[in-house]
Amino acid sequence: MKVTGAQALIRSLERCDVEVVFGLPGGAILPAYDPLRDSSVRHILVRHEQGAGHAAEGYAWATGRVGVCMATSGPGATNLVTALCDAYMDSVPLVAITGQVPSGNIGSDAFQEADITGITIPVTKHNELVTDPARIPGAIAEAFYIASTGRPGPVLVDLPKDILQAATEFTWPESIDLPGYRPTVRPHAKRVREAAAMLREARRPVLYVGGGVIKAGAHEALRELAEAAQAPVTTTLMARGAFPDTHPLALGMPGMHGNYAAVAALQEADLVVALAARFDDRVTGNLATFAPRARIVHADIDPAEIGKNRAADVPIVGDIKLVLEELVAAYQGVVAGQGPGDTAGWLRGVNDWKERFPYRYDQQPDGRLKPQYVVERVSALAGGDAVVVAGVGQHQMYASQFFRFSRPRSWINSGGLGTMGFAVPAAMGAQVGRPGELVIAIDGDGCFQMTAQELATCTVERIPIKVFILNNGHLGMVRQWQELFYDERYSEVALGFDVPDYVKLTEAYGGVGLRCDRAEDVDATLEKALGVEGVPTVVDFRVDPHEGVFPMVPAGRPNDEIILGPEFSPEEQAAATRREVRTG
Amino acid sequence: MSFHTLSVLVENKPGVLARVAGLFSRRGFNIESLAVGPTEDESVSRMTIVVDCAERPLEQVVKQLNKLVNVLKIVELEPGRAVERELLLIKVKADPALRYQIIELAEVFRGKIVDVAPESLTIEATGSPDKVAAMLEMLEPYGVRELVRTGRVALARGNRGITDRVLRVPRSA
Repeated sequence: MKVTGAQALIRSLERCDVEVVFGLPGGAILPAYDPLRDSSVRHILVRHEQGAGHAAEGYAWATGRVGVCMATSGPGATNLVTALCDAYMDSVPLVAITGQVPSGNIGSDAFQEADITGITIPVTKHNELVTDPARIPGAIAEAFYIASTGRPGPVLVDLPKDILQAATEFTWPESIDLPGYRPTVRPHAKRVREAAAMLREARRPVLYVGGGVIKAGAHEALRELAEAAQAPVTTTLMARGAFPDTHPLALGMPGMHGNYAAVAALQEADLVVALAARFDDRVTGNLATFAPRARIVHADIDPAEIGKNRAADVPIVGDIKLVLEELVAAYQGVVAGQGPGDTAGWLRGVNDWKERFPYRYDQQPDGRLKPQYVVERVSALAGGDAVVVAGVGQHQMYASQFFRFSRPRSWINSGGLGTMGFAVPAAMGAQVGRPGELVIAIDGDGCFQMTAQELATCTVERIPIKVFILNNGHLGMVRQWQELFYDERYSEVALGFDVPDYVKLTEAYGGVGLRCDRAEDVDATLEKALGVEGVPTVVDFRVDPHEGVFPMVPAGRPNDEIILGPEFSPEEQAAATRREVRTG
Repeated sequence: MSFHTLSVLVENKPGVLARVAGLFSRRGFNIESLAVGPTEDESVSRMTIVVDCAERPLEQVVKQLNKLVNVLKIVELEPGRAVERELLLIKVKADPALRYQIIELAEVFRGKIVDVAPESLTIEATGSPDKVAAMLEMLEPYGVRELVRTGRVALARGNRGITDRVLRVPRSA
């Protein structure tokens, strides 16, 4: 039947079961906004296209579905680039729809023209400039397919205005034919058996769990494997929640600001089983000295990651859920024949590290409020069922370190790109995807100021997120580096505590604003914040700017050089550096 | 320097060359030469890329290339098992006294003289990488005014072609 390209677009989104689109209209995309009025697809009007992009990401993180954002040509499209790059780095399934100037004007420096397909080639899984309105259903169907299969990622579809206005036939594709895109899903049985045998043999195994385990819904299979093999588990920044932090086998987060036990375990391991993780530099530190004693099993759906940073003794390409399920079965098979493995001494050693070198800070009852204390109280009072979103910086690290995560899809942050300003719009998107649940953003004052305007969207659309700003009046992480590596020569990191007045700003945006600067008031403030309904809530927690994130492995250094921080004595630091494995 | 020749089949769509070139650039893979043109199937183009694998292993180059949706198939063409050719146009300084020497050299390499001018000769030659290198070495002492090379193209020896079964059965949406 005859429709316009715009109607074909909206109908295609409906066929892809899209519930919500985050967007902001403009000249080139205008034709699409007309049929949108009558559609079952909900559109949420944001205040900046970057907010639309991050909201789509937060929605995708929280639900596992493809996040959708829409913008006009030129500056609308370029405002999406940061979020697309973020989704690309963190493998978030996103479809971005942009308007484009009419086909005849492309390449003529037309009003609001930008070569968005050219610009986003390096930061999208795939993109397409549609030149024929009949192609729209196919382009959209393929975009969703590419975004959500294999290693998830962002896909952009660019639609010239005349294409949206033209008349066309709507034909929904019966099948998707992408001869150049065939993700490998089933793992190679022989490799799985090799891995199982290695795991049984290992005396000091570590399961190194990355974000893909959550994306694949593989957390239960992970738990079965960990318990069957009695192997300790470390969850990266992208995988927090894939394994319960309270489980006896949980090591916590590895890497630059990770738990000592996790970092040390990887350095002493004789086998590292990398599960949908990518040996990122924040985890490995200096690559040449990372996990020096370990053989590597590396399972991932993206074959390019295997062998990219570290050679794998057993490479396994496939969907990590299938890999883990088959690995559990194979491991049980090996055990049936040869008896169980022996990691008891290793576990004693690892637990000894957990006890002697935990995350540590000192909240004096009358002293300045510590950011870590705020996070611990949030976790205690609201953590169980909450979806926690963070910005980027010290507050993000504290949130990842001190929150006790127990379920997947309860932690959302920008890891690979590390985008400040991620928290508020992503929390907004997460709340839209999980209505009725508690969504908490832990943000920094620097980050908050970048995207706070989306609070207006939250108020108008009744998206009642809770934002807890760990306000230290600084760009905290940068300040920490200047303190440690630039002789306390602070340069351009002082934001000030009072400008803007976050309480008044929140009220201006129609939300509830609260302030707290004493440890004894934290619980009461949190109770009050958690009791607000219908509108966003922001709490300005005034925290000590002198706190640093520890432990720390300075960038590019070996993980052996882990610094415990000022809360530990020189003797404790020396013991940590010696890293004895107390197996007895 | 360690050169490897990749034969890459790609969809014949706008922007594919830019995608491949961009990938090499941002991942730090060095392209020694790149030649691209249509194949026997007009929806498919073939790129012949000579990669310098000193910095990054070939395996990583191939795996990253495979991630591009428009890339259909990649084959490494090893020197022993493929026919490799390059076309060269070279303008050599040739004053009348030396002209015959250059013409003789061209004949030895089965090149053709395609242009004559008072002080130069332009030679067209095709050949394997070794032959082209040898000819350049012989001609350099005379003074090379200008030269242009197409970059290597190659086909595997034997019956099979890499476009066999590249466009396969569609899957459900």
